[in-house]
Amino acid sequence: MPLTVIGFEGSANKLGIGIVRDGVVFSNPRHTYVTPPGKGFLPRETAKHHREWMLNVLKQALTDAGLTHADIDCVAYTKGPGMGAPLVSVAVAARTVAQLWNKPLIGVNHCIAHIEMGRLITSADNPTVLYVSGGNTQVIAYSERRYRIFGETIDIAVGNCLDRFARIIQISNDPSPGYNIEQLAKKGNKFLQLPYTVKGMDVSFTGILSFIEDAAKNKTLMAEYTPADLCFSLQETLFSMLVEITERAMAHCGSQEVMIVGGVGCNLRLQEMMEIMANERGARLYATDERFCIDNGAMIAQAGFEMYRTGLKDATYEDLLEESWCTQRFRTDEVEVTWRDP
Amino acid sequence: MNLLQQGAEARLFAANFCGRSCIVKERFPKKYRLQEIDEKLTKKRLSQEVKALQRCRKAGILTPIIYFVDTTRSIIFLEKIDGETVRQHIVSVRKMQEDSSYHSIYPMAREIGKILAKLHDADLIHGDLTTSNMIIKTSDNKLDKKTNEIFLIDFGLSFSSSLAEDKGVDLYVLERAFLSTHPNSEELFSVLLDAYKDVSKKSSSVLTKLEEVRQRGRKRSMIG
Ligand SMILES: Nc1ncnc2c1ncn2[C@@H]1O[C@H](COP(=O)(O)OP(=O)(O)O)[C@@H](O)[C@H]1O
Ligand SMILES: [Mg+2]
Repeated sequence: MPLTVIGFEGSANKLGIGIVRDGVVFSNPRHTYVTPPGKGFLPRETAKHHREWMLNVLKQALTDAGLTHADIDCVAYTKGPGMGAPLVSVAVAARTVAQLWNKPLIGVNHCIAHIEMGRLITSADNPTVLYVSGGNTQVIAYSERRYRIFGETIDIAVGNCLDRFARIIQISNDPSPGYNIEQLAKKGNKFLQLPYTVKGMDVSFTGILSFIEDAAKNKTLMAEYTPADLCFSLQETLFSMLVEITERAMAHCGSQEVMIVGGVGCNLRLQEMMEIMANERGARLYATDERFCIDNGAMIAQAGFEMYRTGLKDATYEDLLEESWCTQRFRTDEVEVTWRDP
Repeated sequence: MNLLQQGAEARLFAANFCGRSCIVKERFPKKYRLQEIDEKLTKKRLSQEVKALQRCRKAGILTPIIYFVDTTRSIIFLEKIDGETVRQHIVSVRKMQEDSSYHSIYPMAREIGKILAKLHDADLIHGDLTTSNMIIKTSDNKLDKKTNEIFLIDFGLSFSSSLAEDKGVDLYVLERAFLSTHPNSEELFSVLLDAYKDVSKKSSSVLTKLEEVRQRGRKRSMIG
C-alpha cells in the first residue's frame, strides 16, 4: 500500500505545503514573506502572512499533485524548532485538516526533515551533514539511532550573520538576502581580512559580524572597498570556516560522504568549496538546489513518512492528536531515529 | 614517505629521521579557500603547534618530541607515538564489553581530566580537544603490569590564555565531541570532569564558564 503524506512547514518566513508518496514528491508549493530592505521578519507579521496564504498554498499543493484529501494518509507539520507564532499558525492549520479529514497527525523536527529530504533527493547513504540556515549551523553525523551534533555555532547562525549584514548594507530581501549577497559577491575581488574563529568543530560568527558592520560604516575604508568586496570577503571567510569544521568532523568520524542542507546550502560558492575539499580527501559531495534546500513542505512530509511507517506505526489517532504541540527549541539529537539501521 | 592518513587539516606520513621512525605532518595548501586565507592560517597553525608542543613538555604533559620543522614547506617531523587514538580505544573497549558500559576505562578518563587540568593551569588552550587528538600508549613495566600513558597531539588551534572563558570553551568543545562520538558516555565524561576539578587550581571559575556556554547553546533560538 502506498503511503501519501502531506507536510506543513512555516517555522520561519517561508510557508510551504508538500505532498510525498513513497519517496516521490508530488507537489511542493511555497510562499515567502519578503520584508523591505533593511528589515527582518518579526513573529507576528510572519504568522499573519502564513495564515493569509494557508488556503491558497494548500489548494495548490493538492491541485499540483492531482490528488484530493481522500488520497492523503497522514498529515505532518513542523513541531519545532522555530519562531513561536509562525509555528503555531501552521500547526493549527495542520491540526484542523487532520481532524476534518480524519487523518493521523505527526509533529516533525525541522532539522531532521532537512536531513531526510537531502537523503531522499541525493541518495546519500550515511553522509556527514552540514546544516546551514537562518537559525542553524550544525555539523551532524548519524550513529546509534540519533543524528549527533559534532560541531555547532557557539553564538549566531551563519544565515543570521549573512541576513544581518544584508540589512546593514540595505540589500534586497527578495528572494532572500543570502541569494543577493551571493550575486553581489561575484562582482567583488578585493579581499578584506576578517576575524576567523574556529574552535575545534565549533564556530563563532559574532566577532566577524561586528567587524564587518564597522567596516561598512567606515568611510575611509569604504573608499577602498566596494559593498561587493565586502560580500565577497564575508562569504569567503564564513564558508572557509564551515568547510573546515565539516572536514574536521569527516576526519574524526572517518566519513567519505558529505551533504549540505538548509537554506544557505543552495549557495553555489559554498557547494563549490565543499566539493573541492571532498575531492581532496577522496570523498563525495551531495547537495540539492533551492527547491529542497530552502524550507519546504515536502521535507516535512518525507520525515513524517519515515516516522509514520516505523516508530509511530502503532500510535492511535487520538494519541497523535494529543501529542500535536510545538516548541521553539527542539534539538536535532533529541529525536530517536527509528527508520535507520542502528 | 608513506601516506598514513589524511587528518582534519594535514597529511600524515610515516618516515625516518636519523634512524628513528617518525611522523611527518604536512599542512598542504587547501584549494577550497582563498590563498590569502590559506597562507595565513597555515603559517599561524604551524607556529602555534610548535610553540604549544614545547610548552607542554615544560609543563610535564606528554606530547610527541619535535625532531625538525620546515616552515617553507609547512612540515613538522614528530616522534611517532606507538599506540591508538583514545577514540579507537574507547570504541574497541565498548565493542568487547557485553554490557557496553565504560567502567573499565574510568581510570583513563580520570587521567585525561588530570592532563587537561595541567594544560589549563599552564594557561594553554588546546583548541581542538577530541578523542582523536589523544593517543594512548600501553607499555609493560617491570612488574609485568600494563601502564597507560596519554599523549596530547594536534595543537594547530592552540593558543595561550589565562581566561576562564577560553578554558570553559575548550572543555565545552571536548564535551560535545566526546558525547557525540561515544554514545551514552555521559558518566564517563563526568569522571573526566571530576578529575579536572580535583587537580586544577582554578577549576571553579572554569566550570562556571563551561555551564554558561552550555546554557547559551540551550537558550539559543533556532529559526529556519
Ligand atoms: N606523533 C604521532 N604519533 C602517532 N600517530 C600520530 C602522531 N601524530 C598524529 N598521529 C595520527 O594522525 C592523526 C592526525 O594527526 P593530527 O596531528 O591530529 O592532524 P590533523 O590536524 O590533520 O587532525 C591522529 O589522529 C593520529 O591518529
Ligand atoms: Mg587531529
